Amino acid sequence: MIGALATLLLFQLAGETIVRLTGAPVPGPVVGMALLVAALAVRRGPGEILPGVANGLLQHLALLFVPAGTGVMVHAARLGEEAVAVIVALVVSTALTIAVAASVFVLVARATDRGEGTERGA
Amino acid sequence: MTPALRDIWVYLAATPLLWLTATLLAYWAAFRIHERAGRAPLLNPVALAVAALVFVLSVSGTPYETYFEGAQFVHFLLGPAIVALAVPLYAHRRTIAASVLPMAAALVAGSVVAVLSALAIAALLGASTETLWSLAPKSVTAPVAMGIAEKLGGLPSLAAVLVIATGITGAMIATPLLDALRIRDWRARGFGVGVAAHGIGTARAFQVNELAGTFAGIAMGLNALLTAVLVPAVAALLR
Repeated sequence: MIGALATLLLFQLAGETIVRLTGAPVPGPVVGMALLVAALAVRRGPGEILPGVANGLLQHLALLFVPAGTGVMVHAARLGEEAVAVIVALVVSTALTIAVAASVFVLVARATDRGEGTERGA
Repeated sequence: MTPALRDIWVYLAATPLLWLTATLLAYWAAFRIHERAGRAPLLNPVALAVAALVFVLSVSGTPYETYFEGAQFVHFLLGPAIVALAVPLYAHRRTIAASVLPMAAALVAGSVVAVLSALAIAALLGASTETLWSLAPKSVTAPVAMGIAEKLGGLPSLAAVLVIATGITGAMIATPLLDALRIRDWRARGFGVGVAAHGIGTARAFQVNELAGTFAGIAMGLNALLTAVLVPAVAALLR
């Protein structure tokens, strides 16, 4: 487990370093994720321990957003008179985005493949 | 409070232990409620836990900075968790490789709709310029959104709040919305939530279906890149 955690931190560190060096507009952990995928491809698989630790973190990914979410309290007052405009824009735009992205995905998938996602995920 | 109790409170309130424990307990209780309610999307665990913590912090008069000294240990794990997405990504590599075209099309469509619809609606309803540029990157993960907002004259801290609010909104509405649209492909469902609602949407997707979670994670990463290019381009066109 310690080895798996060290692996995740090491790849995050590599990602952060690359982002600092290149000024790329992506968070370091996203680059670290891409590097780890490449490393897994080279090693032909993640071994036995890493998947357990990774899935443990991802199953409760929601927990990790709680501290930042609580920060809403500090800045909620900033919205003030604009609260209605912002809330309407945020909710409608988020719904539209989900609907458009998922629909476009389905339409293009229907034209190009055999609907793998439904068969495997159902 | 008796003097003895007050002494204990003063001591505990100053250590990271108290608020770290409170964060885990609030989430655990929220998660149990969410489970008990058959994973009802409206009873989102992040929203419930945040509401409980905001209540406790305001009743006890605790500043957010003090709270965060304890909660930062949980917050820190976001980085390793995003790196950990590599594991399901690798496991589903064949499905992903077969879905490159739908992903590319959905990414561009979703990213453009996310930015333009938010700007258009908020502008119509009379939001200020500062607010508009804080709202534009709302669908990407917080560090990227804060960077974009800052560059264009928005407020990074407001952008972070709007990012979190968007994530919670997306996690709450995705399941009923996608059911109503009769979209059953887990790849499409996950990808849509990931484009619109970044990490919090991805967290929800992982709780529903692993393949959906994986595609949400990919969408989150790709949309961070595209939005970082798209929003400044839109700003340049509008000015």
